[in-house]
Amino acid sequence: MASVATDPDVQQAIESAALKSDRFRLEREADWIRLEEIVTKMEKGKTRRLSDEDVLALPTLYRTLLSSLSIARESSLDAGLIDYLEGLALRSYFMVYGTQTSFGRWLKGFFGGGWSQAIREIKLDIWIALFVMIAGTLIGYALVAGDSDWYYALVPGNFAEVRVPGASEEALRGTLFGAEKQDGLGVFAAYLFSNNAQVAILAFALGFAFGIPSILLLIHNMALLGAMLWVFAQRGLTLEFVGWLSIHGTTELFAILLAGAAGIHVGRSIAFPGPKSHLTAASDAGKRAALVMAGVVIMLICAGLLEGFARQLINSTALRYAVGGAMLTFWLVYFFVFGRNRAENRL
Amino acid sequence: MSTTATDPWIRRSTNPKLDRVMVSPEGVPLNVTVATAGARAGALTLDILIILGLILGVTLLGLLVLWGFEAAFGAGVSLETSGPLNVVFVLWIIAVFLFRNAYFLYFELGERAATWGKRAVGIRVAARDGGRLTAEAVIARNIIRDIELFLPLVFITSGEAEGTMSDFTAWAGFLWVLMFLLFPLFNKDRLRCGDLIAGTWVIQNVKRNLAGVVAPSADANGAAAGQAAVRYEFSDADLSVYGEFELQTLESVLRTGTDEALETVTKSICAKIGWEPGTGDERIFLEAYYTALRAKLESGMRFGKRRKDKYSADI
Repeated sequence: MASVATDPDVQQAIESAALKSDRFRLEREADWIRLEEIVTKMEKGKTRRLSDEDVLALPTLYRTLLSSLSIARESSLDAGLIDYLEGLALRSYFMVYGTQTSFGRWLKGFFGGGWSQAIREIKLDIWIALFVMIAGTLIGYALVAGDSDWYYALVPGNFAEVRVPGASEEALRGTLFGAEKQDGLGVFAAYLFSNNAQVAILAFALGFAFGIPSILLLIHNMALLGAMLWVFAQRGLTLEFVGWLSIHGTTELFAILLAGAAGIHVGRSIAFPGPKSHLTAASDAGKRAALVMAGVVIMLICAGLLEGFARQLINSTALRYAVGGAMLTFWLVYFFVFGRNRAENRL
Repeated sequence: MSTTATDPWIRRSTNPKLDRVMVSPEGVPLNVTVATAGARAGALTLDILIILGLILGVTLLGLLVLWGFEAAFGAGVSLETSGPLNVVFVLWIIAVFLFRNAYFLYFELGERAATWGKRAVGIRVAARDGGRLTAEAVIARNIIRDIELFLPLVFITSGEAEGTMSDFTAWAGFLWVLMFLLFPLFNKDRLRCGDLIAGTWVIQNVKRNLAGVVAPSADANGAAAGQAAVRYEFSDADLSVYGEFELQTLESVLRTGTDEALETVTKSICAKIGWEPGTGDERIFLEAYYTALRAKLESGMRFGKRRKDKYSADI
């Protein structure tokens, strides 16, 4: 490099150095120290304050350092020097190959096709999760239809105050069109989101154990739904109940479906890694599923808002179907149609 | 990519079991050291304390805001249904959710890929394959944290508080936590489940300063050293008693040793090569011997011959 020191003192030191390896070191020292200064600044989060020359010099300095390290390892026995080079090489490696996308740019890529593509990649798992969820609902319905005591086993206490087998049509209608919670809607929405998000995260995270707990969790949650459906169906309120549910449920259940599918995807990759090693398969699937999960959290925010506000404020079944249907269409189009051409062009 | 190659430049750290080699995209192998389980636990404890502190802070702030409203608009106003209580409560729920889930994400996506706790103990997250640490990987490793840590914590504390927990569920929860907490101890790379899924690992930060040249050359060191170079001439036999390991021990004595240490080392070297140790110029003697030994060993290296320590064959 050009920085073979022009400083006469350094020049003298290089000439008088007794060992070839010390001469090697003295000739390149200035570059290493410059690189170290740049890296230290970047580590402190002051990347923006670097001068243009420094930013441009970083990759070159980094590669020069790597070659210095390789030479030093084979020709120098100065342990202090090699330790320094090893440490600096690792530090600058993390800066050069660090998380270079800014959060904003990542978000743009995520909404502009990354999310949809990740979802399309786990299509098979989505079908499995959908099948499991439908089966769960049917199981819940059938169990309670056979013996209504099952209801109390499936539905937790706080839901089952009014909505119990044998409740009057009046009381049930009240829960669907009531104004009970209109007062604290904001709190309710925030609470629902936080709660649902934890359930979805759980459904995904449990996929780690070969996906089986994810499947059980989906079945359990949907059996609860099936049981409630039976209670309302007994009083001829099926249509109204589904409307009440669909306004947020199309978004929320879709999100839980995706979370469960992501969990199953990870579990399936660990159990059947194909030609890859178990570890590689797990981490590939994990990264894909993580993208889906980031989206699930966003969907759940929407669902929480719909559930907390729209459901309590819209009291007409037809309108509820309209909102729920519109949301479902939106998600389906966004996931399975949007960005498809672009992804294929890239291939 | 983690191999345990036995090349001579592999670093000798305090716990060689944790040393790994990561190949950079340029094809240069880099030495990394996996963070110890103790460091991980320490970092996690710090992070949990910080999160609890943040939640406490937000709670106090919320109460303060409510108190302010009470003082400004009269008692009872904040309890009204559409009053500030709701707004504050919504913000509180969102803040707690963010602290719990986004704290790790935010910091591990930053330049240093480490939370405050990790920074304090000097460790960081990295991609296991030597590539970029992607946002997806960080998200994946932190979502898994939820079942590893927060879920059982919430489960146990809420169960205890409501008194609804039977002995069986308490023990089941305890075992669950234990299984995940101890998971890193049962694999050699100290991966927790989240690391496994995300393809990441946690490694030690290295920060070393460039130390000076060990034995400054004759001219640079002035007249005294100049004489030394003339005074000490080592024969090939004198230099063939030691290998690289002894050379590096000598280096560390020269860098950091006290006068007594220099004296002891001088005596043992002189005994080995059959010299009569002088007094008063130990440093000059050792520097001269170091330089001569290093010159010999390095010239051997140039021909691909290395001598590990005094027990290996002379080059």
